[in-house]
This record gives sequence, C-alpha cells and structure tokens, in this order.
Amino acid sequence: MVVATVVQAINMALRQEMKLNPKVMLLGEDVGTDGGVFRASDGLIKEFGAERVVDTPLAELGIVGTSIGLSLAGMRPIAEIEFSGFMYATMDQLLSHAARIRTRSRGSYTCPMVIRTPYGGGIRALELHCESGESIFSHVPGLKMIVPSNPYDAKGLLASAIRDNDPVIFYEPMRIYRAIKQDIPEEAYTVPIGKANVVQEGTQLTLVAWGSMFKQSMDAVAKLNNKYSVELIDLRTLAPWDYETVVESVKKTGRCVIVHEAPKTCGFAAEIIATLNEKALLSLQAPVERVTGPDVPYPMSKLENYYMPSPERIIKAIEKTMSF
Amino acid sequence: MVKKTAATFSIDYYQVLDKDGNVDNALMPALSNDELKKMYETMIFIRALDQKAFNMQRQGRIGTYIQVAGQEAAQVGASLAMNDEDILFPSFRESGMLIARKHPIYRLLMYWNGDERGLFNEEAVKNFPICIPVATHIPHATGWGWAARLQKKKQAAVVAFGDGATSKADFYESLNFAGVFKANTVFFCQNNQWAISVPRSKQTMAETLAQKAISCGVEGVQVDGNDIIAVYMIMKKALEKARNGGGATLVEALTYRIGDHSTSDDAKKYRDEKEPQQWVQFDPVTRMEKFLQKKGLWTQEYKDKLLVQYGEQIEKEVEKFEKMPEPSPEDMFTTLYSDLTPHHRLKEQMEELK
Repeated sequence: MVVATVVQAINMALRQEMKLNPKVMLLGEDVGTDGGVFRASDGLIKEFGAERVVDTPLAELGIVGTSIGLSLAGMRPIAEIEFSGFMYATMDQLLSHAARIRTRSRGSYTCPMVIRTPYGGGIRALELHCESGESIFSHVPGLKMIVPSNPYDAKGLLASAIRDNDPVIFYEPMRIYRAIKQDIPEEAYTVPIGKANVVQEGTQLTLVAWGSMFKQSMDAVAKLNNKYSVELIDLRTLAPWDYETVVESVKKTGRCVIVHEAPKTCGFAAEIIATLNEKALLSLQAPVERVTGPDVPYPMSKLENYYMPSPERIIKAIEKTMSF
Repeated sequence: MVKKTAATFSIDYYQVLDKDGNVDNALMPALSNDELKKMYETMIFIRALDQKAFNMQRQGRIGTYIQVAGQEAAQVGASLAMNDEDILFPSFRESGMLIARKHPIYRLLMYWNGDERGLFNEEAVKNFPICIPVATHIPHATGWGWAARLQKKKQAAVVAFGDGATSKADFYESLNFAGVFKANTVFFCQNNQWAISVPRSKQTMAETLAQKAISCGVEGVQVDGNDIIAVYMIMKKALEKARNGGGATLVEALTYRIGDHSTSDDAKKYRDEKEPQQWVQFDPVTRMEKFLQKKGLWTQEYKDKLLVQYGEQIEKEVEKFEKMPEPSPEDMFTTLYSDLTPHHRLKEQMEELK
C-alpha cells in the first residue's frame, strides 16, 4: 500500500496502464514536459518518451478529433482537456463521432479513448475553470461518464476507463485533487464502471453524491453526529449509472437527498428522482430533495461560496426530508 | 528598422489532360492502356450508378441522395491512386469514391435509404462511414495517419471534403496537427465551387484553397479535378510521400457540381442555369473519351456495350438491396457499446420495444 492523493493516484494509473499496454498514449496541452498543469502526468514523458506523452498544439477540437483517429487505428489515446470548461469545443467530435462510431458502423469501427479533464469549482479559479458538465455527457448515448471522489477510485476507475473499448469521459475532481490522502494498492487494479459504492450503510435516509460533492456530503453526515442513520452512496459512474443500488437503498430508507454541484435544471439528480418515481415510489416517505448549484453560470470566486453546495445546505435538506 | 520578406510561397497547378483530350507529354505519367481504360470505365460506371440512385430517389425507392455528377474524375482518380491498405474518410458526396474503393453497391443504397447497416465495412478495403456534418471527419484522418506513422506502417489516410469544409476550424486544426506530427494523411479537397447555395467566391478571400496548407507548414497543391490523369498522378505522389513518412499534403481538385446539392435541393434558386452548361465543355468523362479515341482505345460501340453490362450489374445490386430484410430494432442497442452488461437501462428499453 502507498499513501496517495487523487492526482497522485491518477499519475500512478497512467504510468501503470502505459507500461501494461504499449498502445496507450497521452496527449494534450502541457501534458509532456510540464507534466500537466496539475502534475497529473508528472514524469511520464521521461519514462515513455515524447511519442507517447505528447504536448499537442493548443487546440481542443484537434486533440479530441485526432484522438478519435488514433483510436480507430488501434491506439489507446488518453486526451487531457486542461479544464472541463474548455470541453465545449470538443462537443461536436464527442457527440457526432466518438459516441456514434460503433453503432453507426454497426460494429465495424470502434473508438476506445479516454478524455480526462479536471472539473468543478472551489479553488478560486478563473471563469470557465469550474464547470460541472457531467449531466451533459451522461445524456449522450454512446459515451461513458465517470466521476471519482477519492484516490482509490480515481486509480481503479481510470484503469478501467483506459481498458474500456468505448469512449469514456473521466472527470477529475479538481477541488479535492490534493485534499484527500488514502492508502491505495501500489499494483494496478480496476474499479468496475457502472457500479456505485455504498460507503456507509444506514436505515433512515439515502444520501447520493459523486466527485468532489461526495466529500461535502461526508462532512455533512459527520457534522450530524449520528443524529440520523444515513446510507451514503458514491455513484462513481453516471453513464451507465447503477440505479439498482440507489433504488434498493431508497426502498429500505424511504428518504433520499441528492447532491451535485451542477445547476439544478436537468442536472443528474433529476434523472435519479425520475427513476425513483418509476421504481420506488411507494417506498418514498418524503419528496426527494436535491442540493445543487443554482441555474446560473458558475460565478467568479467572490460568489462561489454561495453557488457551491455546502455541508450546511446538505444538512438543511436532510432535516427537511426527515421532518416531512 | 528592419524590413525583409519573412516568407514567400507559391501554389503549383497541374493539368495533364485538357478538355479536348490532349495530354501534356512532359507531365504524362507512365500508365498502361489497361490502366487508362480502367480509369475511364470506373468513371462511366460511377456516372451510371449515380444516375440510377438519383432516379430511385425520384421514384421513392430510396431517401435523400447526394449526387456525384461532374466530379467523377476527382473521385475515381483519387480512389484508384489509393492502396487497399489505405483508409478513406468520406464526406456525404463521396459515393463515387466508396464504390471505386469496393464498398458494396447494395450497402450504399441501404445507407441512402435510412439503414445504418449500409455503413458496415466488412471488406478488406477500409472505408470509414460517410460523414454528414461538414469537415468534422477531417481530424480523424489526421489521427489515423499519425497512428500509422507511430506504428511505422506504410499506409495513409485520405480524407475527402468540399470547398465549404475549408472554412471550418476542424479543417485548420487537422492540417496543423498533421504538420506538427507528420501524419501519413492526404487532405483531398474537391472544390466543386458550391457549398449548397454559397459560391466559392463567398467562402474565402484566399486565392486558392490549397494555400491554406502553407499556414500549417504542409504542402498544398492544386489540380484540375476534371482531369483524371492529373488527379491520379498528384494523389499517387501525395500518398507515396505520406506512406513513406514524408508528411501530409493538401490537394485541391478544381471541379464542378453539375447537379443540385442533394435531391432535396433546387439549385435554380441560387445558381445561374447557364453556369452548369458552361462546365459541360470541361466534362471529365468526355475528355477521357476523346483522349482514348485518339489512342485507338475508344469507340461508341465499346462504350454502349459497357453501359449495358453496367446497367445489368447495377440492377442486380438494386435487387439485392430491395430484398434485404428489414433491420431489427435491437440493432439500435446491441452495437452501441462493446458490452451491454452494465447498461441495464438499455436492456430495459430494448425489452420495451418488443
């Protein structure tokens, strides 16, 4: 075992997967000599050379578009988009092509690739450095969407993403890149895509979150100091998402609160609530609450504390649900 | 103060076969009579098939179809210059290239009749599915050609697109990446003068489209796109350069879209009807006929016989197309991901359709 932060866990996964498969390559802005603006690819260019750890021209569309071509030709590209707010230039490539290649060619062409990108706010960054677009990608048939919340999952899920035979968006929680340290195995391992993690069992309320909001949720539960028996679920993967685990939990607890940083309208919580209506309506003892960002663009740092769901807001939602 | 010329450039233009069927012997590549006849025969086959597909759309037997008419030399010349091991990334107007590259005709008709199975590529010749949004497939050819270079394969990617595509960021970023990573890629631009209703003159103030390559440190060259010999020669050269690690080339083939943009379009609304008539004198098939006739390789009887044979061949494919069983709704689900196991939602939705 070794103590690692999220960003170190990502670095380990990249190194190990590149060693295991010579077709794996990393490309993006500043990923080579600089080792990535967050050091996620630190040291990799020295170990694997500039043909496999590639500093590309500054062009997001080009990075993702050429990654598609690389993958069609048998490579396993991992493209880094420096901040998820810069993903928008790549949407045409992802939605019109990466997501559809397998099905529109009826399986004769495939596009195994990973897009890694730091997402979310809370670090007083510049505009468009704080976006949470996970529900945008989860809405696209053909893509997979992963959002880890801790070093162990970050390493194991990234390994799964790299080995997966389909395009995967891998959101890295920037706010907790270095905030959580955890003992993780040194050797390579995988965490399955599409499997939620019941981190803490409980009987009275189900609390669902992912990515950096999972830490906020854990902090909220800690502050409640065993006032309620809360079942804490880390969704880990949004596409495909493990609704069975959430549904089973809510059937048991009868109450549910969902936390995400993205705006409320059409956020992923809406999908979870709709599914609970389909599959667990008669078990619900209170309306499902969601704690989310408001429907406004992510503000600059002066106002970001008002935007970001806090443990206090999460506790408020739990209290409201419990007292219904 | 220092003032000097920081860079200069020029764009070469090639024509081997003129409109009257005369060749420039200094430029003429070594081609056997059989090779010349194959070029001609493939062009008239594509023209016959293109007309058949157009008629079938008018008869309601297929959906929207995008015609090749007028661009046979560009499409056939480029396709014949490619090896089977190379890959083609076609746009929607490349039915001619696809067929010249052995894509089954019945599958092409299936595609234009709304069936994804038409894009299935089971053949040894690699043709990527047709790209519908303009220019968005260009980066794929750069990536593929980049991978070929990394894997030290003597293969190249050809991406085909029109003049309108050169206005998009996709085109520029792809060219730029191809320059930086020395991709085994040939960018094949068929400048057919029209992007639906917008003429080339409104697309860009650049004198040529080929010169856009210069801004990325990539070679750019212009060719008479209605001259199959010149297109073949220039594409062959660009492909050999790419396969041997010499980097990418942008080839601008000057041609003309004789028909409407698609079967859903009416060019009379925006284009002077005299313009396509003027282009008849530059027709790619006629000039090849004149040339072959001068060489004693062409007679009207030879052509008529071929057309009867091609007509029968196409009818057989049409029959095969029309006898294809309907696709299964499950097809929508089963090929979306490599493994459906974790996608429980999809399995539920697939069941609901039953």
